[in-house]
Amino acid sequence: MNKCYINGIGCISAQKTFDGGFLNEVEVNTTEVIISAKNPDYKAFISPGAIRRMAKGVKMGIAASQYALKEAQVEIPDAIIAGTGMGCLQDSEKFLKAIIDNKEQYLTPTSFIQSTHNTVGAQIALNLQCKGYNFTYVNGAISLESALLDALLQIETGEAGTILAGGVDETSGHTMSLYELVGLIKHKDQVPMDILNPKTPAAVFSEGAGFFVLESQKKSTTYATLEAVGIYNTLRQNEVVSFIENFLTTNNLKPHDIDAVVLGNNGDVAFDGYYNEAERLFPSTPLVYYKHLSGEYNTATSFGLWTALHILKKQEIPQIIQKNQVTKHPIKRIILYNQYRGKDHSLTLLNHADL
Amino acid sequence: MPNKVAITGMGIISSIGNNVEDNFHALINGTTGITKTDYLNTIYKDTLKFGEVKLSNQQLESILELPTNHRFPRTSLLGAYAAAQAIESAGIKNINEVPTGLISSTSVGGMDKTEQYFYEYFENEAIRRFILSHDAGETSHQIADYLGIKGLVTTVSTACSSAANAIMMGARLIKAGKLERVIVGGADALSIFTVNGFNSLMILTDDVNTPFDNNRKGLNLGEAAAYIVLESERQVQKNNKKVLAYLSGYGNANDAFHQTASSENGEGATLAMQKAFEVSGLKISEIDYINAHGTATPNNDLSEGRAIQNVFGKKAPVFSSTKPFTGHTLAAAASVEAVYSILALQNNMVFPNKNFKIPMEELDLIPQTSLLEKPVHHVLSNSFGFGGNCSTLIFSKS
Repeated sequence: MNKCYINGIGCISAQKTFDGGFLNEVEVNTTEVIISAKNPDYKAFISPGAIRRMAKGVKMGIAASQYALKEAQVEIPDAIIAGTGMGCLQDSEKFLKAIIDNKEQYLTPTSFIQSTHNTVGAQIALNLQCKGYNFTYVNGAISLESALLDALLQIETGEAGTILAGGVDETSGHTMSLYELVGLIKHKDQVPMDILNPKTPAAVFSEGAGFFVLESQKKSTTYATLEAVGIYNTLRQNEVVSFIENFLTTNNLKPHDIDAVVLGNNGDVAFDGYYNEAERLFPSTPLVYYKHLSGEYNTATSFGLWTALHILKKQEIPQIIQKNQVTKHPIKRIILYNQYRGKDHSLTLLNHADL
Repeated sequence: MPNKVAITGMGIISSIGNNVEDNFHALINGTTGITKTDYLNTIYKDTLKFGEVKLSNQQLESILELPTNHRFPRTSLLGAYAAAQAIESAGIKNINEVPTGLISSTSVGGMDKTEQYFYEYFENEAIRRFILSHDAGETSHQIADYLGIKGLVTTVSTACSSAANAIMMGARLIKAGKLERVIVGGADALSIFTVNGFNSLMILTDDVNTPFDNNRKGLNLGEAAAYIVLESERQVQKNNKKVLAYLSGYGNANDAFHQTASSENGEGATLAMQKAFEVSGLKISEIDYINAHGTATPNNDLSEGRAIQNVFGKKAPVFSSTKPFTGHTLAAAASVEAVYSILALQNNMVFPNKNFKIPMEELDLIPQTSLLEKPVHHVLSNSFGFGGNCSTLIFSKS
């Protein structure tokens, strides 16, 4: 069975995650309930005409994948596997609004064409002229993890040698106002908040894209090996400990074998209890959080994975993401745990490639 | 690693029937499901025909015994209905007895509710429970919850090839030993969104669809849900399970030509079929029947026809598109046609490509136009989608 090396990463988020640094300068949002992803210079990757036509999700996806491929020095991967929780919201809304407002008449197909969930994966393939395996997973907060699981299985079995896998989600006006209506997004008067001591329900929303090059070969750019991905549709809080224990046992590990845990706390008082449960297994392990920097979106774990991979490579945990005061060196093995509103639980296990 | 995966159950609801048996009878009797719409609130009510499931949401809710304040959009209603049949057909009593997953697929998810309540949500609190039923993944969660599945649940959305890919990922998980059994397939309800999308692309016919005909004018949209149960060889042996058929090959490729159009030379489709042969280890001469994607758009049928000739040369097997029966059921199409492929294997029959009259000028290919009885050991099924997504599945006799 082949090892699965992560050899290149590209991350676009509300922080400067695409300039090679590791959270050297961060902006901690204290005023907004929806934060936008920072735009890289799209002109480096996409023609000016296409930049104007493309929704932000497509642009972020193409740019993030280009960063990842460049770092891993891969021209065309064997497979492209994308994940997105909500797909191409901006074009879906645009087309739907046109249908309703114009009573199904005078419609042009452009936004419909760009509205399908697989648009980002397809556009990346089209740009690269990549005729290989092409998949898109659309399942809330485990959309990225589904892509990673698929990629891991294909690398392990030798079905593919080089895979571009990633996640992308964009914000969009109408959907965000519906989310505010049903209480998924915090009220303006509920920020600033202390994400680790939440007093109110809901989260601060955002958007972003993270793509990763997974390969069967180790390279000078290797960050880590992807060892395992666990996915579970729905759990009660008192089932979290056994979910994690079972995952560790399957991978022949005990909690003390883990050197850092990256948690998806988003400041939602109704659901962050899941992370408190997870922490009970790791009383003397460094804990990391990141959604105060990235905001919440279905594929925000791409920011978490980017963070974990940098921790392994640089062997340091910046203070801004330390959830407790525990330190451990060397950092050989990291696990990420995420869930969203009690659903779509995921565990991602990474190993340092040398240590 | 075993190179084939057992199929132990199947369930379907489409415009030609609410279960496997009704679908089979319609296929052998030549009864189409393409009609005017009863339920869709569109300005094209009188001008377009659809493959609409002949049950209302209220009827489906009552059959499924859902509470009155349920949050199921039509995609979930159809999906839960078909997936429950598949589980029953596989004789599964305790769903979580062994690691069991659901890999579903959809393109519209809960779009029917979103388009109905787009602005009304802001005024009417009672309907807001549907807001979070919009996204594709939520429809899979609803189906999984209805079935009581606890474990790996995810969703594929690659436009009209979605269900083929869900089946493929399910097979990969079984082969890798990650799951002992997995319910795979897709569900898509008709929606104003897709009707207008396809209409704006000018690929809907104003009549009935005529796959592979020289004068084909486009597709009829349909809706359906279909699921099959995949099980590991270990489970089959342990429980002495009846195997309906095997999934023996699968292939996925991207045409990388255009966001919505297929390449004229059918490159993506050719690659998908070739990969499926590699996985199956079968020779091209062993395929007894191709269930074609055959949407009856000028572009698809030419591209797919070329791809069939690329792969099979002058010796193309008997082929037909069953879309004149069901319409194009988008994300569910490949799972609907998986059920039909299994029926072809079980009954040694090739279902007719209805509505065909004149061969395509560009190709030397004539589909099977009447019901044909002949030994069927291996069926190849194609599904292609927007975004250049091309998928092929090969089903083999048990």
